[in-house]
Amino acid sequence: MSQLFSKANRQVFATPLGLNHPVLVQVLGICSALAVTAKLEPAIVMGLSVTIITSFSNVAISLLRKTIPMRIRIIVQLVVVAALVTIVSLVLKAFAYDVSVQLSVYIGLIITNCILMGRLEAFAMMNGPWESFLDGIGNGIGYAYILVIIGGVRELFGAGTLLDHQIIPTSLYDAGYVNNGMMTMPAMAMILLGCVIWAQRALTKDEQK
Amino acid sequence: MIKKILDKMRPSFQDGGKLKAFRSVFEGMETFLLVPNTTSKTGVSIHDAIDSKRIMSFVVIALLPALFFGMYNIGYWNAVASGHLADATFFGMFFYGLAVMLPKIVVSYAVGLGIEFIVAQWKHEEIQEGYLVTGLLIPLIVPVGCPLWMLAVAVAFSVIFAKEIYGGTGMNIFNPALVARAFLFFAYPSKMSGDSVWVNLDPVLGLGFQASDAYTMATPLGHAAAGHPVTTDFSHMISGLMPGSIGETSVIAIAIGAAILLWTKIASWRTMSSVFIGGAVTAFLFNVSGMESGVAAMPWYHHLVLGGFCFGAVFMATDPVTSSRTASGQYVYGFLIGVLAIVIRVLNPGYPEGMMLAILFMNMFAPLIDYCVVQRNISRRARRAKISQKN
Repeated sequence: MSQLFSKANRQVFATPLGLNHPVLVQVLGICSALAVTAKLEPAIVMGLSVTIITSFSNVAISLLRKTIPMRIRIIVQLVVVAALVTIVSLVLKAFAYDVSVQLSVYIGLIITNCILMGRLEAFAMMNGPWESFLDGIGNGIGYAYILVIIGGVRELFGAGTLLDHQIIPTSLYDAGYVNNGMMTMPAMAMILLGCVIWAQRALTKDEQK
Repeated sequence: MIKKILDKMRPSFQDGGKLKAFRSVFEGMETFLLVPNTTSKTGVSIHDAIDSKRIMSFVVIALLPALFFGMYNIGYWNAVASGHLADATFFGMFFYGLAVMLPKIVVSYAVGLGIEFIVAQWKHEEIQEGYLVTGLLIPLIVPVGCPLWMLAVAVAFSVIFAKEIYGGTGMNIFNPALVARAFLFFAYPSKMSGDSVWVNLDPVLGLGFQASDAYTMATPLGHAAAGHPVTTDFSHMISGLMPGSIGETSVIAIAIGAAILLWTKIASWRTMSSVFIGGAVTAFLFNVSGMESGVAAMPWYHHLVLGGFCFGAVFMATDPVTSSRTASGQYVYGFLIGVLAIVIRVLNPGYPEGMMLAILFMNMFAPLIDYCVVQRNISRRARRAKISQKN
């Protein structure tokens, strides 16, 4: 057990959350981060789906890594990811139909998410299954919490709600407050993401050198 | 006299003084009021007596006619809306407009300069004077019904995201005043366009009249976009007695400002004239093409005097920071702004006014235009050098 959570393994899990963050530092997966974050709920579901798919595809590829011929490895990786994406998409359709309608093509497009292919190529192809699993979870959670931050801010200021509960009191609306329509546009998500990156770089300025 | 007061205050702001934290505020005020008397100690340098703060003051002066007319226009429409036009006096309407306008200007300057002061203090830089003009432009390009808190949010957004992150005054790609307007336009469309934001209905400080809440008035361009023929007199379009953003309605007031800017050589006549040429040509072509749209049916001279076209051409397109710098680049830049503004007006019914988007779009291309002009010049000279070598 102690082996499973050794220092090196904890490192594998923690770096994608901070110093080697897939969205903030490597700037991967931006497209879906902008597209699905207009509301908090689809952002959470999307983050969860990506976490599950990243971790399990990492495990699968890591198990197969010695048998995959180098020349066709991308195709093999795609098949694994596509299978997992299909499973997740069907599960969502069965148990959370509304959200899956909101997410529309973006669940299917997880297959093209750069974070996935990046982790498979850079990590799962040369590490064991357990490390790959931790790496996938770490990257997925790193991606997910950015989505939650941006989705939360956008829903709060764009619609006045969080998870469809009214947060901004109606008395404020009577006093002349108006929801910020800009927040519901992807352009504002880009600016918010820029702010999060700004904050993260400012906080970890010393460690990055 | 001002100099004496400032000299007395100086020690407490310098290093070790008790008000050290406000050094940049002090320096900003000092150089705003007086031409700085520091000169370079080494080498030869020739300076014009007019530095950028003096340039900014001239632009502010050029904006005053439009501002004063805007105030009068606010009062005029309040009187029309409440049906009291007959008993409204000229000064009554003007002071009503002043009372409506003053809070907007104060909010714009307080928020914008506040952020600039904080940034300057934080980076240990001098206060930059760029906000002087922007701060007056922003209240002039919004409808009178825009609430103060929205103005404050938009100002903060534009100063931080259109200016400070690019490095402050002189480094910005986009015109900050237009970014503020674009932010308002996309974030709060209900308060930036439509029928009910162009007239102030309530009395302010005991001035003006109470009008019915149901009174609505669309701008002539909004009218045209909705498919109605424009009913405003051409003389009113010139004088500016029509609903619109506060400073943009009067062609005469803007022309006075344009004359000041051109006479002091702050604005480029190339940019300004080519905007009008581009707009006129495009509007004329659309008119001749016989398109089935209220906006396309407008004659070209209506296009030029309605909406923000004049104001944008004179005060926004000519902004020396965000426009092209090369002489022939300025023709291209201005012409394309005029063309795009009319194209957006005619072809996109969602945006009755295209000037803002056209200028922001061309701001983005200004460096590219300059690059092409400079490269062409370089290659032409290289060719000439080759020919002379051969002979």
